[in-house]
Amino acid sequence: MSELRTVPERIAGPATFLDDRLGAGSFVRRNIRKIFPDHWSFLLGEIALYSFVILLLTGTFLTFWFKPSMGEIVYNGTYAPLKGVTMSEAYASSLKISFEVRGGLLIRQIHHWAALVFIGGMMAHALRVFFTGAYRKPRELNWLIGVVILSIALFEGLTGYSLPDDLLSGAGLRVTQGVVIGLPVVGTYLNFFLFGGEYPGGDVISRFYSIHILLLPGLILALVTAHLILMWVQKHTQFPGKGRTNRNVVGAPFYPAFMAKSGAFFLFTFAVIAGLGTFAQINPVWLYGPYSPADVSAGSQPDFYLAFLEGALRIMPAWEVNLFGTSQAGTIPLSVVIPALVPLGFIVVGMALYPFLERWLTGDHREHHLADRPRNNPHRTSIGMAVIAFYGVLWLFGGNDIISANFRISLYTTTWAGRILVFVGPALAYAITYRVCLGLQRSDAAVLAHGVESGVIKRLPNGGYVEVHSRPAKDIEAHLRGKEPVPVLSYDETVPPKGLRGPLGRLRLRMSRAYGGEKVPPVNGHPHDEDGQAALPEGQNRALTR
Amino acid sequence: MTNNEHETGQPERRTPARVIGTPLSDTPFSDTVASAVPDAGDEEHGVPAVPGVVPQEERKARRAERIAALCFTLAFAALVAFLLAYVRFQVGGLSATGASHVALGGTLTLALLALAAGIVIWVRQIMPKYELVQQRHPMASPEEVRAEVAATFVQGAGESGIVKRRLLRRTLLLAAAPLGLAPLVLLRDLDTSGVPAAQLHRRLGHTVWGEKTRDGTPLRLVVEGTGQPIRAADFNSPGGILSVVPQGYEHDLDVLAKATVILVKFRPEEIKSGTNRNWTHDGIVAYSKICTHVGCPAALYEQTTHHILCPCHQSTFDAADGARVVFGPAARPLPQLPIGVDDQGYLIALGDFPAPVGPSYWERGDAEARARENGDHS
Repeated sequence: MSELRTVPERIAGPATFLDDRLGAGSFVRRNIRKIFPDHWSFLLGEIALYSFVILLLTGTFLTFWFKPSMGEIVYNGTYAPLKGVTMSEAYASSLKISFEVRGGLLIRQIHHWAALVFIGGMMAHALRVFFTGAYRKPRELNWLIGVVILSIALFEGLTGYSLPDDLLSGAGLRVTQGVVIGLPVVGTYLNFFLFGGEYPGGDVISRFYSIHILLLPGLILALVTAHLILMWVQKHTQFPGKGRTNRNVVGAPFYPAFMAKSGAFFLFTFAVIAGLGTFAQINPVWLYGPYSPADVSAGSQPDFYLAFLEGALRIMPAWEVNLFGTSQAGTIPLSVVIPALVPLGFIVVGMALYPFLERWLTGDHREHHLADRPRNNPHRTSIGMAVIAFYGVLWLFGGNDIISANFRISLYTTTWAGRILVFVGPALAYAITYRVCLGLQRSDAAVLAHGVESGVIKRLPNGGYVEVHSRPAKDIEAHLRGKEPVPVLSYDETVPPKGLRGPLGRLRLRMSRAYGGEKVPPVNGHPHDEDGQAALPEGQNRALTR
Repeated sequence: MTNNEHETGQPERRTPARVIGTPLSDTPFSDTVASAVPDAGDEEHGVPAVPGVVPQEERKARRAERIAALCFTLAFAALVAFLLAYVRFQVGGLSATGASHVALGGTLTLALLALAAGIVIWVRQIMPKYELVQQRHPMASPEEVRAEVAATFVQGAGESGIVKRRLLRRTLLLAAAPLGLAPLVLLRDLDTSGVPAAQLHRRLGHTVWGEKTRDGTPLRLVVEGTGQPIRAADFNSPGGILSVVPQGYEHDLDVLAKATVILVKFRPEEIKSGTNRNWTHDGIVAYSKICTHVGCPAALYEQTTHHILCPCHQSTFDAADGARVVFGPAARPLPQLPIGVDDQGYLIALGDFPAPVGPSYWERGDAEARARENGDHS
């Protein structure tokens, strides 16, 4: 086999052609060996990205046959059980894609699974970024872009699964309508504008279609592009470790290693989604029948990413106020408006504001390129876990009827459990996570102070036993030593500076002191080898390693 | 305890230096890298000794090449099978479509998986191990660049005259304001109902049950799905529930979304005070089927407790007591439809619901109280 010594003519020719016209050479020189740090958690965002690509590909395929029309026809396709049934063209064309287009069912199922993986991937990616503090300066803007993409994707999913116009998708649409019309003051207008009249009207499918295939994917595509460009320009964060500082990036070059790895990961993602689309049935629309607002099937569930809204609707008590009594205005159905707006708004706005709130509390204006280990910022991690618990409880009780049926618990008991857990769960999650973080910090400190537990027990002449500790591997030690205390607001003068005066300023200072600081004192010495270890009094040793 | 007990003679290697659960780093760090001298195989392979780039052992790389090639060949075979499956399996009925689906999906999945696996083996076992370092630079531009940009901005603003020429600026802003409104105004006709905006909510308060047929007779109640009118005497199984729609509107989804009704038959003594007895016929009570929470059809009925249950969010209504809310997020009872029989004994609507059906909206107000004030509810 011969090695390549010069650029082959077939590549050099076009490359010269392009460089003559674009001057791309200096860009390529700067970027072709761009370094990407390696960690499994950095791949979560890629899962979302590749799922989005799969969605664009499969979605385009589906548009070739799908008819976004609510016009009524009598079904005369190959699916026997529905022959002769009156249905919308949208539903009939969904059946046609499923039964009369080769590969149509496969692509439809891949499209649906890819949507779930897309949003699930984004959620996991967002959590990774949150827990490692990778949203900090200079990456706040990219974090905001990500929050917007995630929010848009929820609506993209909602408009998508309403399109087939089967009984299940219609139930989802009906719930959407019930929420829209319930919004204070504007609800009725929004309802008539969205549906072109009263529900369901004849327009909503074609409107959702253009929103689903053009408006929202266009927005997502633009934002994803911006997201990637910013990531590229700002370079990826990395975890602390040997040779890794806040001023460098350590890893593999874009060409050839990262490129090939990413290509492989795209194929893996596609393979998994294709496998799901092949072997795991999803949304068998032909079983549900055409939509009628007079019918519904029991156990109707939305896709997983909207289940937290569904859960909020289900556990909400029946509150409704009429501000002006019997006059024709002033009705606010709190049992609809609160679950529809508060959890989503709380999570999305909270995510968007968090980087800025944290900076306000810590006064930290430095650039951060080293990712935090979640344990090293225990309050942030606890807040994240509390929000996960809040979301998780709502999500779980989106299936309160399924829980009741499967575990034979009374539906009312289940619902009440949800009403209580939605408050207790986050509080518990906060407290437990905080303790776990401190425990993990102590265990890190113990490794740095005394070394790694080797599992080797030595017997001492006096009859006592000790465990031999050995010096940790250098990369592990460097990783642990990457811990930095969370900054705290402070002032040198006796009089607090302007931002820390008054009730808000004092609260800010107190919160800053609670949020930041070093919860577990750092270890200054170097880990001892086993000889040094045995010198410690037994009690202290135990306390540190627990 | 003392620290000089070393007689156990444990070999040093038995003591691991890693925290349990952390991955083994298979990339040696720069100190090893710098001293890494490429062996004979690597020189032959032409890989230069660059710090941070550790070539693979040629023997391992050769083995990896064979495995990757096997993966790629497998992918090729699977893709050929995919093409054949497209031609071989036709779609149509359930089983034929199923066979085509599994054949296409299975081969596609296998091909993608094999390709991915091959490339991963290529990257991990043939390409070198990388531990390259690149410097970061602060995101902020240098101060002098900022100063220059600021100066240029001020200069350009001055040249354009936008600051000095107040008339120009103000009229431009004046023109821009309605420009933003124009697209919003264009969206007004998204509502194609043709009703003035202030009257929209009135449409929500009525259903076709308040109308008459062309002959001027009240609308009959017909069974949803079959369109059969219901003879009161035939609907005689206490505990039953029937989904009913207005005659002549069986396929009008806009009508069904508001006017669908459930019929429940009671023994007279079971009916409680919440139900308006004047609007029942022979123990038959009609309620709106559209849940007052967010509008799902409240389709489930529990015979022993007379509970109507909405399967979407589990709002529960007591059918024997005016469909009052027993549990769940719905805040209002299902409105009761006044029913009677025509001269042929078929169930008919005696009028519209006393209150708007379905989910609440801003202009609804306390319609139940309004109806009571107007004396509709005796």
